Amino acid sequence: MSIAEAPVSLRPIAPVQSKLRRTLRRYSLPAIGAFVILIWIVVAIIAPLLSPYMPSTVDVTARLRPPSSAHWLGTDVLGRDVFTRLIYGTRISLTTGVVVVLVGAVIGTLVGGIAAFARGRAEELIMRTTDLVLCFPPIILAMAIAAALGIGTTNTIIAMLVVWWPKFARLARSLVLVQRSQEYVEAAVVVGLTPSRILLRHIFPNSIGPLIVLVTLDVGNAIITFAGLSFLGLGVIPPTPEWGSMVSEGRELIEQWWVAAFPGFAILTIVLGFNFLGDGIRDWLDPRSRRR
Amino acid sequence: MPQYILSRLFLAFVMALLATLVIFLLANTVPGDPVLAQLGDMAASNKEFVAEWRAKWGLDLPLWQRYLIFLERLFHGDLGVSISSQRPVLQDIRDFAPATLELASVSFVLALVVGIPLGIMAAVRRDSWIDHVARLVSLIGVSSPTFWLAFIMLAVFYGGLQIAPGPGRIDSIALPPPSATGLYLIDSVLAGDWELFHDAAAHLVLPSIVLAAATLGLITRTTRASMLECMQQDYVRVARAKGLRYRRIVIGHILPNALIPIVTLGGLAYANLLTGAVLTETIFSWPGLGRYTFRSAVTLDFPAIMGITLIVAVVYLIINLLIDVSYALLDPRVVR
Repeated sequence: MSIAEAPVSLRPIAPVQSKLRRTLRRYSLPAIGAFVILIWIVVAIIAPLLSPYMPSTVDVTARLRPPSSAHWLGTDVLGRDVFTRLIYGTRISLTTGVVVVLVGAVIGTLVGGIAAFARGRAEELIMRTTDLVLCFPPIILAMAIAAALGIGTTNTIIAMLVVWWPKFARLARSLVLVQRSQEYVEAAVVVGLTPSRILLRHIFPNSIGPLIVLVTLDVGNAIITFAGLSFLGLGVIPPTPEWGSMVSEGRELIEQWWVAAFPGFAILTIVLGFNFLGDGIRDWLDPRSRRR
Repeated sequence: MPQYILSRLFLAFVMALLATLVIFLLANTVPGDPVLAQLGDMAASNKEFVAEWRAKWGLDLPLWQRYLIFLERLFHGDLGVSISSQRPVLQDIRDFAPATLELASVSFVLALVVGIPLGIMAAVRRDSWIDHVARLVSLIGVSSPTFWLAFIMLAVFYGGLQIAPGPGRIDSIALPPPSATGLYLIDSVLAGDWELFHDAAAHLVLPSIVLAAATLGLITRTTRASMLECMQQDYVRVARAKGLRYRRIVIGHILPNALIPIVTLGGLAYANLLTGAVLTETIFSWPGLGRYTFRSAVTLDFPAIMGITLIVAVVYLIINLLIDVSYALLDPRVVR
């Protein structure tokens, strides 16, 4: 339809107003993202202050009540307050997401950095290992490992870590390879610095940008995956309040939609937050995409 | 080119074998006990029974011997017998795969048919309302938890509005079509049963939308970025200077050049849809590979886990190979 008359690249550059709008657009989404994340962090910290109930208190006389002034988001099958469980659930989702990504990033970056620096056999071995892990869809592999290790938050985190580090290893390797050929690295070698010092003090700070982007975008990913495993019954041990398992508890209750709908919506908001922020950081670090 | 494909095939074969070794070691070195998972507490306390059971499934042999047995069977086209279903793993997979293949393929087509035009429009009319819509669709697509989206869809369109059928592949009282391919859409047409075709298609709507959401987001994003990249090239300027119509430039000049990243991502996305539909299948009671994998993982059904691993790895490797080969077809510069 309208493709025909769209002279994008030749459109005359609009005056100041559009520049202002462009600036607003560029920074509004990352700002919203950061704000949403901040709110959730605060909620996680002050959860006990926000609700008069305890997350695991069962009250069978108040089963499956719809949202009201007493129970803002209603109650679940056991009469537990959904709002209370939701805000306590923030703690698990946020920490697992951040822990998995950070630990995965540290392991992956070290392994990938070493691979790029060592070259030869060691590099081949490390990179083929990452290929092997990446042969599997993350959730299937994590599922198998989590099931084998037994249910529990720590085991689920371990299972996720096994599938999480390779992508960081690949990224780190490619980043280090780019830096290696730079003159400042040659200079550092000539001066006689040790490889580990060159890697950590010189190459790493110069290639941290893309890593930060991947880490930010990936926290949302990790939160969704953990919630998914929990949904399948491979995450937290009941009655720990956790978003994925809350959705799972309410999944048959289509009439009592509030049991599953709100925790899932919480996941959506926090993941959107990390995606907005990650996109913003990428635009900011990469001038090429900023132009667009 | 044929030599290139052959060497890639050989590499893929080696990788698939290695993948089974990795899973074998992982599955056997973790503390989970298949006896407990399969038989339950009661039977597990009976020592004699347990020993007999372990011997029957070969769990009493040393690790390397068990892996060799697995390999030997494999070369005879035998993936062993599933502990929980007591049927050959290959037969299980053959029964469960069509449901997943059907769902994943419909989702994939949906994601491509919506995602690529949306991405193109977003790039062509950058910063317009359609660009913003595309951005929103792709962000929400990649940020929604599948299992929650599935629940909302069911609650709204099945429970609330009652315009969509419930979970399952066909109506609970309907009989499946005579099996030719296992794909209900095709089988029902072959049987000339249009009512059943309609039923199967209706049951596909919600799960395929849910499964397509994340893929749709990724494809829209990639298409937009790749189109924008290509629009800056000199040949676009030349084409414009020649006075070609803009639509012609977009479809005939920019799009073909922008296709490579889209094909790469699309291929991997398809592999992910085929193998990672476990959450969607769980909510929609879809009798596919995802649910089979989940059940095997939870019950530590080793033969089934190994079989699925092998299939999954093979699917991934084949799709990767197809992606690489398609580069050569799409971009004459790639052929060496």
